[in-house]
Amino acid sequence: MGETSEFSLTVRLFLKGYPWRKIDPVPWTPLKKPLSEAKLALVSSAGFVMPGQPHFDESFKGGDPSFREISSTVDVKTLVETHRSESFDHAGLEKDPNVGFPIDRVRELAGAGKIGSINHRHLSCMGSITAPGRLIVNTAPPAAKTLVEDGVDAALLVPV
Amino acid sequence: MCNQTVCLVAAELERQGISTVAIQLLRNVAEKVRPPRALFVPFKHGYPLDTPGDPARQTAVIEAALKMLEDPSLTAPALRDYPIK
Repeated sequence: MGETSEFSLTVRLFLKGYPWRKIDPVPWTPLKKPLSEAKLALVSSAGFVMPGQPHFDESFKGGDPSFREISSTVDVKTLVETHRSESFDHAGLEKDPNVGFPIDRVRELAGAGKIGSINHRHLSCMGSITAPGRLIVNTAPPAAKTLVEDGVDAALLVPV
Repeated sequence: MCNQTVCLVAAELERQGISTVAIQLLRNVAEKVRPPRALFVPFKHGYPLDTPGDPARQTAVIEAALKMLEDPSLTAPALRDYPIK
C-alpha cells in the first residue's frame, strides 16, 4: 500500500509539515457523453519523455513545472523516465511503462469500444513539485488548453 | 508530491471543461488536496496500476477509475477506494 512509511525519515518529516494545496472550490465537469463515445487523454506525472525530448530538470528548485507532449502512437518501451524522486522504486516503470503511462491498456479499451477514441497527444510532467505555484499559474492552464483544443472529453491522471 | 501534482492538473482540466479522474496512492493527501474525482489504490509508490506486465490487473484499475466519470451519484470532491465494493 502507498503509505508515507515507505519514505525516508527526512521525507516523512518534510511531508509532516508540508502545506498541501487544498483545491477550493472543487471544479466539476460532468462527462458530456458516454465514455464509449468520449475522447480520452492521459496525464502522467512519471516524468516520461519521448526520445529526443528534453529531460525534466532535476535541478529546478521547487520542481520542474513543465510538460511534455507524448504522442498517442508512441511505443511505451521507448519512453525515458526522468523522474527525480528517490522516494519510490523506479523498477516497475522501467520494466513496464504502462504502470505509469498506460497507453497500451487505453488502446485496448478503445479497441473494445469502451472508450470512444484516444487523443493524438497526452501530457507528461514530473510530479515531484514541492512548490506548485508555477504549475498552477503558468504551466497547467496552457497544457490543459491544448487538450481542450483537441476536443478531449475526459482525462485519466496517473501519479507515481 | 506526485499525488498533489496530478490533483492540481486535474482541477485545471475540470475548470476548462474536461472531466477527470485521478489515481491516488496516498488517501490522506487526496482528502487534503481534494481533486474532483479520485480513486485511491492500495499499491506502493511507483506502482499506481500495480504489477508491471499484468495487463488484466492494470485494465481493472483503469476501468474502475473511468467508471467514476459516468457515475451520476458522485459529487465533488469524489474519493473512492479500489477495489470498489
